[in-house]
Amino acid sequence: MREPVTTAARPQPDDTAARRQPGDTADQPQPGDTAARPHSGGPAARPRSEDPASRPRSADTAARPEAARADLAELALRLGDDALVLGQRLCQWIPRAPMIEEDLALSNIALDLIGHARVLLSRSGELDGSGRDEDDLAFGRTEREFRNALLVELPGGDFAVTIARQLVFAHYAVPFYERLAGCADAELAAFAARAAAEVAFHRRHAADWTLRLGLGTEESARRMQAGLERIWPHAAELFESDGVVQRLVEAGLHPPVDEVRAAWHEGVTAVLARAGLTEPAPTWHATGGRAGLHTEAFGPLVAEMQSVRRQFPGGTW
Amino acid sequence: MSVDADELRARVEALPDPELPMITLGELGVIRSAGTGADGRAEVEFTPTFLGCPAIPAITAAIEEVLRDCGHPDGRVRHVLTPQWTTDRISASGREKLAANGIAPPGGPTPVGLGLGTPCPHCGSQDTRPHSAFGPTRCQSMLRCAQCREVFPCITTMRGQG
Repeated sequence: MREPVTTAARPQPDDTAARRQPGDTADQPQPGDTAARPHSGGPAARPRSEDPASRPRSADTAARPEAARADLAELALRLGDDALVLGQRLCQWIPRAPMIEEDLALSNIALDLIGHARVLLSRSGELDGSGRDEDDLAFGRTEREFRNALLVELPGGDFAVTIARQLVFAHYAVPFYERLAGCADAELAAFAARAAAEVAFHRRHAADWTLRLGLGTEESARRMQAGLERIWPHAAELFESDGVVQRLVEAGLHPPVDEVRAAWHEGVTAVLARAGLTEPAPTWHATGGRAGLHTEAFGPLVAEMQSVRRQFPGGTW
Repeated sequence: MSVDADELRARVEALPDPELPMITLGELGVIRSAGTGADGRAEVEFTPTFLGCPAIPAITAAIEEVLRDCGHPDGRVRHVLTPQWTTDRISASGREKLAANGIAPPGGPTPVGLGLGTPCPHCGSQDTRPHSAFGPTRCQSMLRCAQCREVFPCITTMRGQG
């Protein structure tokens, strides 16, 4: 295995900015949290301004109060940013993966994730009323405006770190999307049903590699365990709950967080047990991404991702 | 001079898939409908194979061109995500053409557990094994034939709900 970015064992200074003690509760109000915003429910429903014939299935959302639309837009933004940033990170492996099949696997997984981001960011721009399209959101926002979890922006590390992150993310994404497929927003539900089927392939890929590395040589097992230790403090952020999530859960627009977390834990621990690896017990966990507070590694990623659009605004080919 | 819905659908379904040009969009099973939308504009509904399929813009542009040629310059392409596209939607003729071009069609005839895998498109042997779950396009995976030792692509079986 080659190490294109950093070694797994090296301490990562960018983590310290976002450290949080385990005694903290995840549901304290965060900067940027909209929990304090009063519900403007009831008759504040606003008709959609766009051509209704082009999106007949979103009629149910049209009747929703303004606040629910804003919360749903925020959810689509968070999920879209998770997918976009993880896709961007995975693309950095091309063509550095251990074998050509793995270049194809990681780039195909990235392709799926960027496809998910396109749907989610488009939907977020519709729901928030800003009229921004997927490109405006992906390439026109600054670092602090991204709402992805810190997990997905961490530098790739060695291959085992990438696999550890894939293991954590895919085991979260499958049960999350499976449940979101039953949510009350028809458009988001249709997307989630398809996305769940796609991320199931990512979960299988990550689990297969975790087994291969865990049961391989002493060195591969050591690196895989080190990758898990590196990644694990960043898992909890995926299951944070704030005002946005709580209101969406109540409205049937978001799966219960504890349920997703339990499914995730059952899935990852089953793989780790088969692979002879130990579930890390981190003494801290990362937070801040949902409020736009990112790690030091994120700025260069955003700059690279947006460079073409900034150099040639409005360019087409 | 605009053509009717059946002719529109036939022309759209005859378009080749950009990534698998040996089969048409009709054979791939991605065209849902062709007709008139609620507002009276011509409309073609299409379901992407995968959400991140890089051929989506090319397919959309090709359908828009057919709409224009059919006398519907204001025609519209809608991406419909439900019901999902599955590999069961690939037609029999599509499967034959894929196999003739060295791409095993999806869904082997027997469960893998019996040791009978997807038939090799080169020698026909069913002694084939998974090689990589991802291949040259998102909808293909790679298998290896133990008989003729060729590695060959296979359309990855997708069976979503709905």
